[in-house]
Amino acid sequence: MTARLLPFLDDPIKPAPPTLVTITVDGTPARGVAGQSLAGVILASGTLGFRRTSVLGRPRGVFCGIGVCYDCLVEVNGQRDVRACQRRAVDGDVITVQHDRLPSGDVA
Amino acid sequence: MTSDVIIVGAGIIGAACARALASAGVGVTVIDRGTTAGGTSSACEGNLLVSDKGPGHELVLAQYAASLWRSTVTDLREQLGDGFPSVEFDPKGGVVVATTTAGAGSLLEFVAGQRLAGVDARVIDAYEARGLEPDLTARIEAAVYYPEDAQVQPTIATEALMASARLYGARLLENTPVLGLLLDSAGSLIGVTTPAGELLGRRVLVAAGPWSGEVAGLLGVRLPVRPRRGELLVTTRMRQRIFHKVYDADYVGAVGSDDGALQTSSVVESTGSGTVLIGSSRQLVGFDARLRVEVLSEIAAKAIRLFPFLADASVMRSYGGFRPFMPDHLPVISEDPRMPGLWYATGHEGAGIGLSLATAELILDLMLGRPTRIDAAPYSVARASLAPYLEAVA
Amino acid sequence: MSIADVLVIGAGPAGLAAARAARERGASVTLLDSSDQLGGQFWRHLPDARPSSDERVLHHGWDTYRGLSDALESENGCRIIRSAHVWAIEASATGPGTVHVIVGESDGVGRERLAFAPGAMILATGAHDRILPFPGWDLPGVFSGGAAQALAKGERLGVGRRVIVAGAGPFLLPVAASLSGVGSTVLGVFEANRAPALLRGWLPRPWQLLPAAGKAVELAGYVAGHIRNRIPYRLGRMVVAAHGTDRVEAVTLAAVTANWTPIDGTQRTVEVDAVCVSHGFTPRLELAIAAGCALTADRFVRVDEGQQTSVPGVYAVGEITGIGGADLAMAEGVIAGHIAAGGLVTDNTLRRAVRQRRIFRGFARRIDAAHAIRPGWQGVLTADTIVCRCEEVTFGTLCATAESTRSRSLRALKLSTRAGLGICQGRVCGRSIEEVLATRVGNGGLRDGVTTDRRPIAALIRLGELATDHHGLGVTPGPHNPDRPPDPMKGTK
Repeated sequence: MTARLLPFLDDPIKPAPPTLVTITVDGTPARGVAGQSLAGVILASGTLGFRRTSVLGRPRGVFCGIGVCYDCLVEVNGQRDVRACQRRAVDGDVITVQHDRLPSGDVA
Repeated sequence: MTSDVIIVGAGIIGAACARALASAGVGVTVIDRGTTAGGTSSACEGNLLVSDKGPGHELVLAQYAASLWRSTVTDLREQLGDGFPSVEFDPKGGVVVATTTAGAGSLLEFVAGQRLAGVDARVIDAYEARGLEPDLTARIEAAVYYPEDAQVQPTIATEALMASARLYGARLLENTPVLGLLLDSAGSLIGVTTPAGELLGRRVLVAAGPWSGEVAGLLGVRLPVRPRRGELLVTTRMRQRIFHKVYDADYVGAVGSDDGALQTSSVVESTGSGTVLIGSSRQLVGFDARLRVEVLSEIAAKAIRLFPFLADASVMRSYGGFRPFMPDHLPVISEDPRMPGLWYATGHEGAGIGLSLATAELILDLMLGRPTRIDAAPYSVARASLAPYLEAVA
Repeated sequence: MSIADVLVIGAGPAGLAAARAARERGASVTLLDSSDQLGGQFWRHLPDARPSSDERVLHHGWDTYRGLSDALESENGCRIIRSAHVWAIEASATGPGTVHVIVGESDGVGRERLAFAPGAMILATGAHDRILPFPGWDLPGVFSGGAAQALAKGERLGVGRRVIVAGAGPFLLPVAASLSGVGSTVLGVFEANRAPALLRGWLPRPWQLLPAAGKAVELAGYVAGHIRNRIPYRLGRMVVAAHGTDRVEAVTLAAVTANWTPIDGTQRTVEVDAVCVSHGFTPRLELAIAAGCALTADRFVRVDEGQQTSVPGVYAVGEITGIGGADLAMAEGVIAGHIAAGGLVTDNTLRRAVRQRRIFRGFARRIDAAHAIRPGWQGVLTADTIVCRCEEVTFGTLCATAESTRSRSLRALKLSTRAGLGICQGRVCGRSIEEVLATRVGNGGLRDGVTTDRRPIAALIRLGELATDHHGLGVTPGPHNPDRPPDPMKGTK
């Protein structure tokens, strides 16, 4: 795992104890802390790249983290074009990867 | 240096005319106050349509143009090579849908006239329409399929025509506005003046789109071209769910209307990059390019009426352009008898991209004194329907 | 339509200060922010639903933030609308025009549409990282400095275990500090500018820096943190490539000249699992442009001594008038809020803010002089390097299209390459595309006077949401029907 949540007992800012939330990402459960963004939960679950680009089929994940790059798009409970870094994870959220193929056909 | 023809305007009309003339050995200089495809040519959808035209002179011109596009695209690719961006010519076909019974009646009547004029217009039933467009609304009162409709990427098409023209020897002077006409002591046209100096030319061709009226005024004549604003919405990329150019039958009424007030009519299509392009609107608001939410809202509502799934699509961009609108809804493609040597290729309203190639051939034939493939008189600035709007040269 | 006396857009340091100052002068204030939390990027923090007793140790000026937000939230007369996304402004020559807002979770469906026609409007929309492209920058694991900060401060998440921080500007220091604070090992901080540039910017007329003593304390804090965590800080170094198959696994660093041209033979490769890059900031100008505000030659919103823009009744504060940090932003905010609410720039109450503004503006100019982007950065680009991330347009395509079309029009080149036309609408790539194309066309650069900062649609809006205001053509909203009462069991919305 690359990205990692700082355990709250080690955290010098002494945050209130976390409430856990569970979401599914393409069917696989991922655990996070209430208040986290979907991007944070996905990153902490060990996934860096969770989307494939349309032209070259390259992996993308979180890039700017503040909602301007639109790299982190996911489908949330059926809603397309949701920036994972701008949406807080809610227990039970169903996330699917958003991969939009070009009209001309297959992506590598 | 004296050109044979100075073309004012480096949009698609100017570029197409430059290419036609230069490839025939005519010495051409194109000037534009901005850059190539700086105006309407890069602010539109890239329509190559016959479906929206009833029997009449515009349809004749469109049919002439339609016969030229495929071979021109091939010629351009051969001439410019694979390194040049693709003009994305897509003979996708058009589907027109009436969602009300009144609309259905008007549409079928319109189609009957088109078929008599030689348009391949096929009345289809709702089942066939949904077969062509599975995500279309269920409220289909009448539908027509036009296999001859096509689309092109208008900015690239303009650039390609201009690049071709330059390879044939045409000169291009960008950021060079025209200031006035140059006359000799006998009062004959011998060129134009620009901030960069005098340009000598035996003929001056005004192809400045909605700004042609302004340019004509600088050259001393009145040409009643007015800007007719149009707005478009672009969605984010999605998997392809729309396969033709699809529009509401009330589009036809909007095109032919003279009303200055806001007119919207739904036109929807996918693009090669996966986005969906949604239009359209018509308004006479001068050259005011400011965003109008009311217009976008109406365009959105009507698009959803055609394709309900679009309600959840995200709009990422809107853009708009100014159509060159003539009071009698026909372009001007001729010399100006009030000022010999002054020519026009302008006023194509919402059909300039498609009509460009036929316009260019007409201009070439007229300038060389050759017989034209279609009767050019209906497009002359001297036609009767335009007379009330013209004034004599000062 | 709602009428507000003063509408403030953006609840970062500038907007909060402006709203407070306007309120103090008795104006009726509406404050909008696209987040569900106040504070902007500078004061990005854990959600209010998860309070921390010592959050202040993470932030500069935390008490100031709490003071401002508590004051605004407790008083009548300041209406705060969170999750408010301004998606369009219909400009007027004589005033702020009409501000169109969609309220609801980011990228939601069936959200509520609002429109404001305020008497005065204060734009405090802030800035986002400018990240220059380099080979491999599109690999997962390459983050902006802002992403590292947002995840560290907002969720206590460290983006990697072995991280390199690189780019230009003093922002690299707090990024490294935040990463260390959440348990990441920062292998080094690499500033592209070399010592002479930094010294030229920071050293001359040192007495001008004295009044900004608070800044020195702040800087000392970061330096101390660096020393404590043994994080090397190197000048004149750039990340010239990121390597990996599906994620970043290593980066190549190189020494660069004063012009940021990589020096051959100085490359060295370091294994990492994340890279955080920031080359300065791009102001978020789209709303100011939509409102009709004139820009300065260096592309910030032009304002007068009272922070008023070229449009009567429209004010601009914070990073959009010049990248200058939170202290300058707050000083400008106080001035604008006071004047938008009817005060004068000569009023005594503004004396401190006016002085602060002068001091911190000077500070900002030095940062720019010391840490500015130099043009040699384009030297790292290869034909395959993606420049426009959304549309995957490579440097090679940009060059080839510019050459084959011989176009000198940015607008036409965007349309023929698709660069800048993707979903981010040029926010990330825009300035880089402009610089690359200007270099390729040479000889006076691009000629159509178009920039990539203009976005009439400033935020994504669903077609169904756009259609809802239309008379007579109601549209059924998507899965989240606003007519259904909110579920009290649903999380922090």
